[in-house]
Order: sequence, then structure tokens, then C-alpha cells
Amino acid sequence: MALTNEYIQQKLKEKFGELVYNFEETYGMLSFEAPKDQNLKVLQFLYDEESLQFRFLTDLCAVNYPDDAGRELAVVYHLHNLTENIRIRFKVFTAVETPDVFTASQLFSSANWMERESYDFYGVNFVGHPNLKRILNVDEMDYFPLRKEYPLEDQTRIDKDDEMFGRG
Amino acid sequence: MLAQQQHNIKLPEGSIEKETTTLNVGPTHPATHGVFQNIMELDGERVVSTEQTVGYIHRAFEKLAERRPLYQITPITDRLNYCSSPINNMGWHLTCEKLLGVSTPKRVDYLRVIIMELARISDHLICNSIVGVDTGAYTGFLYVMQYRELIYEIYEEVCGSRLTTNIGRIGGFERNFTNTAFTKLEKFLKEYPKVLKEFENLFTRNRIFMERTQGTGGISAERALNYGFTGPNLRAAGVDYDVRVHSPYSSYQDFNFTVPVGTTGDNYDRFLVRNAEMWQSLSIIEQAYQKIQEFKGADAEVYHADVPEYYLPKKEDVYTKMEALIWHFKIIMGEVEMPKGEVYQAVEGGNGELGFYLISDGGRTPFRLHFRRPCFIYYQAYPELIQGGMLSDAIVTMSSLNLIAGELDA
Repeated sequence: MALTNEYIQQKLKEKFGELVYNFEETYGMLSFEAPKDQNLKVLQFLYDEESLQFRFLTDLCAVNYPDDAGRELAVVYHLHNLTENIRIRFKVFTAVETPDVFTASQLFSSANWMERESYDFYGVNFVGHPNLKRILNVDEMDYFPLRKEYPLEDQTRIDKDDEMFGRG
Repeated sequence: MLAQQQHNIKLPEGSIEKETTTLNVGPTHPATHGVFQNIMELDGERVVSTEQTVGYIHRAFEKLAERRPLYQITPITDRLNYCSSPINNMGWHLTCEKLLGVSTPKRVDYLRVIIMELARISDHLICNSIVGVDTGAYTGFLYVMQYRELIYEIYEEVCGSRLTTNIGRIGGFERNFTNTAFTKLEKFLKEYPKVLKEFENLFTRNRIFMERTQGTGGISAERALNYGFTGPNLRAAGVDYDVRVHSPYSSYQDFNFTVPVGTTGDNYDRFLVRNAEMWQSLSIIEQAYQKIQEFKGADAEVYHADVPEYYLPKKEDVYTKMEALIWHFKIIMGEVEMPKGEVYQAVEGGNGELGFYLISDGGRTPFRLHFRRPCFIYYQAYPELIQGGMLSDAIVTMSSLNLIAGELDA
């Protein structure tokens, strides 16, 4: 039986009930969310469950939504079932004041550096990570540069405000 | 211990009593082919452990991309894996097209396939010949370089530049392929097989090369998957995962080709997989070229999709037609509206699955753009690959992984 997005959604609903939500299918890929303390349970379930077998972590990255109070930081996992060839996107959100998310590096060795990268740029604190330190930036850096509060351009310039980019 | 106290030099605890040697390799070392630093603990000549430092050429591409309209991000992607820039460019165009809902004509797809497969050949060519250089065989490297030059000349005919190509646009190519480009392609298709055969003759059954590469830097399929390996490195370990087959893009489903796999995942298997892939790429290019010749009449001149919102009009039209002038202005000023949404698009890059995760909030620039850079992910496995082996094998392992500093550090 070919694995479908509906089946994955149904399986997750059966196992986690109300703890998985915001199911969406954008451009063919199933996307859903869970509370941040559930992330390892969801990942482990997707990994172990015989009919799902999402055993390949394609990508892990963080996103900053500064206007979404209490959900400023997102950690996005892209998982791939290589035998059935189906991808899903799984997100957890966390407040910027308490950016603690459990590490997935025990489950996927590949998560190690990707989590360090997310820490480096967004300050997501991966609890239980074996070596959580900056990876691409210098160790002395004392801020998280990809957060939206640090604008790219020189702040004294007025010709490049958000309005020029279709926002605000 | 005494010397330490007398000169007041602060050495790490236990660094004098220990029985291993600390060796710093890189960041600018002739044997690392890029900016890679490794601090190795050696027991004699055997590697006990190593710690990698990355990020020496980090240029904040993800941050830059948040303030640029889509077409200005193409040159940024050039600088990821600069041995096969066209694949990165095409991957980026495909991502934009997926978000914007642009579908490309078949001829454009086939032209893209030709360019991408040429890029794959030039990427594998560099990697394999560098493995040769690191094992003491310089000849192969010099011999194949002529043909990488020919590939670069084809790029130059199509887009005007050679290394950082900025090739193609959203919807197609900036101009049609010239006759010179096709003549050069024919020359390449005619002459390259002989050269590749000779290159294989130099290495594949070469006793010294085999003894240097077999059984070093190996990894099991299970560990490779857990480490997020993709591309030739994963296939050398025996997993036949290829994005071109699993999620075809740019009409790859129209071509017949096989996915070569290895068994042990060691340096020798990686070398063989890349060589076999070059033969497959050649066959794909031949098929694509044949398909292109089958287009007749107006179809044979198509080189972009009909999407005036995203594709720049001809310059003479800009001067004479109102509509074209408006589109030209809007595109150049980045006033193209993007739909809200999240897209993940992957392409089979030279060294693995190159992914683009684009979040659009309806603004004119990406809200967030993340590059899934294959070698950043699989370079993590390097300490495990070289542990217990000789230092000289560690160097070969590094080059056979096809690490590209530009992609690693983004």
C-alpha cells in the first residue's frame, strides 16, 4: 500500500490525538506541528512505526517569526521515507525567552551540526546536545544574527526600509 | 612539567603526559583543497580523533537572501558548490518556479538537463582527479582538465561566464543556445568518452591506487543514512537514492539511465560510483541533445516559458512597447509579488541532495531561505570515517568526500 499524506495524518492523530495539529498540505508536502516538549516523541514514533519509517532527516533549520508572541522561534524538520519516497515537514515552536528544544542528535547523527547551526544563527537551545557551540560564526559573537531584529542593511539608510520589500 | 612551570606557558591539562600527538591540519593546507581545519590527535601515524573547524568562508547567504528579490539570489547560489554552479542555479530557478506556479516548456527542460549533466561531469571530474592527485597520480588530473575547460566554454557560450555562472532565469534561459554552443557540445560528446576511458584505465585497476583507496574511509549504509549522506557518497555505500529518479524535476523522467551503486562506501567505491555516473551523464546528454533536435518550427526556438511577470522582456521591446517597459521596470525593481507559502525543492547536486527551503510571507523577498547543503551535513561523519586509519588515508578520504568549502560554509 502506498503511503499517503492522509494515512500519515491519521496515524499521527491516532497516536498523539490533540498533540499534533495544524495539518497542512502545501505544494504536495504534508506539514504539521506539535508542542515543543513532544518533538522527540513524534520523531521517534515516525522513525519506529512500521508503516511510516521516516528514517532520513533531510533538513533541520530554525525560523524566526518576531510578531508571533510566544511562538517566535520555529524548528523545522524535513523528514524523508526513502523506501516509499515521501517527505513530510514537522515544526515545533518556542518562545524566544525560553528557546529550549530537545535535541534530535541521539536519533539522527546528522542533526548534530544542523542543530549547532540553528543555535548559532537563532539561539535555539537544544537540550541534551553533546556539543552545542557556534559552528559557522566566531565563538566570541554575542548575538544570534539571523533573528529578524538584526537588520541586514545599515540602519541609517532610509531607502531600504521594509516598505521597499512589500512589507509594513 | 617543569618547563611548563618555569616559562609560565599555559598548556591544557595533561598535554605533556599524554601519549598522542596533536597535529593541526589546515585551514590553508595544500592537501585539503579548500579551507578546512582539522585538529587531529595522532598515535604515531594513526588518527585517534579529530575535531573539525568550519565556517572560515561563511558569507551569511541566508541573511543576504532575506533582502533580495528572487532573481538577485541566483548569483548567491553560484557560490555554494562552485564546481557545479549551474546545478545550484537550476535548483534555485526550480524552487522559484514551484512557488510561483510557472511551468516550463519541454525544450527548456532538456536544455537545462544538458547544462546540469555537464556540470555534474565537471564536478565529478574534479573530485576524482583530485583523489588521484592525493594518491600520487598527477597525470589524470592534468589530462582531464582540458575537457573541463571545454565544458566551461560551453557555459560561456550560453551565459557568458565560466565558474560562477548565474545561468538561466526563472522560466528558462536568458538567451537561446547558439550554434557554437551546440558545435562545442558535439565536440565534447565525440571526444570525451575516449578521454574518460583513458582516465579509467589509469586508475581503476591501478595497483597502487587500489591499495591506497580500498578499505579506507568506508561507511556502512546504515550509518551513512543516519549521517544524512546523499549523492555519490551514499550510493557508494549501497543505497540507490537519487533525487533525479525519486522526485524527477526538469523532465528527468523522460531519460533512460541507471543509478550506479557501490557496496562498501570506501574511497575506492566512491571513485567508481562517480566514474560510472559520468558515463550515465554522457548518455543523458546524448538523449537530451537528440530530443532537442526533434523539435521543429517555432518549437525549436523556445528557450523560456511565456511568463512576462517573471521573465525579462527583450531589450528592443522595452524601448518600443509600453507593456514590456512596465514588466521590465517591475522585475528589475523587485516589485514582483510572490504568493504566500512554503516550498522545499531538491535537486541532485554534484555531491548530494541540494535542497532549497523557501518561506514566502507575500513580500517581495523570501521571508526565510534555507539551503540544505549536502556536504555540510555529511562532513560530520569525517571523524568516524578516518578514526583508526593512517593520516595519509585521512587526506584521501577528505578529497574523495567531495567537500566544497563554499557550500560547507554558505
